[in-house]
Amino acid sequence: MGEVKESGVQEPALIEIADGVKKIPGINAVLGPLNMLVNWGRAGSIWPMTFGLACCAIEMMDAGASTNDLDRFGIIFRASPRQADCMIVAGTLTKKMSPVLRRVYDQMPEPRYVLAMGSCACSGGVFNSYSVTQGVDTIVPVDVYVPGCPPRPAALMQGLIKLQEKILQEQYRWSLWR
Amino acid sequence: MESMEIAEKLQDHFPGEVLEICDFHGQVGVIVKRDRIVDILRWLRDTPEIKMDHFMDLCGVDNKKRLGGNLLRFEVVYNLYSIPLRHSIRIRAQVPENDACIDTATGLWCGANWHERECYDLMGISFNGHPDMRRVLLPDDWVGYPLRKEYPLKGREEWSGLEELKHKVVELQEFGLSDGTLRTEAEQSQTKGNEKS
Repeated sequence: MGEVKESGVQEPALIEIADGVKKIPGINAVLGPLNMLVNWGRAGSIWPMTFGLACCAIEMMDAGASTNDLDRFGIIFRASPRQADCMIVAGTLTKKMSPVLRRVYDQMPEPRYVLAMGSCACSGGVFNSYSVTQGVDTIVPVDVYVPGCPPRPAALMQGLIKLQEKILQEQYRWSLWR
Repeated sequence: MESMEIAEKLQDHFPGEVLEICDFHGQVGVIVKRDRIVDILRWLRDTPEIKMDHFMDLCGVDNKKRLGGNLLRFEVVYNLYSIPLRHSIRIRAQVPENDACIDTATGLWCGANWHERECYDLMGISFNGHPDMRRVLLPDDWVGYPLRKEYPLKGREEWSGLEELKHKVVELQEFGLSDGTLRTEAEQSQTKGNEKS
């Protein structure tokens, strides 16, 4: 809060709520470059589309449960791709499932991010066989890879923090014209 | 009743059908011809002192690289269990390579439906009289039967659905704003070349 002078007039002092983003006390307004504002908002509210395919999904659920609690990062799981910003591909992607994955990705609105969780999603893992897609990056563009078989919840959180860091560094992705 | 006793009774009842009775660690398997398999299974299910009411499992086996025995190319293995009498038996029906088919057991246990579809899907043994003989795990337009011994680990050719999808991915690339990593066909073949060298 601003200091109250003897005259009783409130002197506004800007409160820095994030790097380069400031809040004006007394009125509901924040100041900052649009890039930073948009990125700050996005990084604090990554809503992932759950795409649990195999055992990695259990670790993803654990990361969302009370001990680790992804909610405190503003990460709230959505069951619909229309409401999601990020897709966590958790598990083995088979060839039969690949068109479904791409369709769900296409249904997500921009900006959208993909996090490949686990060895199978990153590269196919041990399943170098007839039925498994060799990495989800052959089907959708992947932003963050989290290796492990399966990765522990802490590793998934690290991946999501990396995604936040990536979002914070973006320039002009809030524009249709880029 | 002991499993061996059941096997001997089966042999007495179907003398022309039972080829061999084998015992491995107390598990009794009866190798039979495929022609009267439904009669054999029905007899096992309906005889009061045997009463195999639980159809535990059905699987296909490729005997191509199996050592010993005068077995045909394929066999269909039925694992049966009696819930009230608590005994079990294994029936192994021989199926030749040139005519890989056997009569369906769906008329006896409707749960056999998907087991037989899976066997058809992965091993290529078709079941006569099956109500819905389609693939169950792989896509409908898949070529080949992956669990046969001659099928290479990575398959002979890429599944057409995935080829189509990868072309579509390249087409859609220019419309996305994402700067994530996307490995397209050209890059994949490049990395493959590096692996070889």
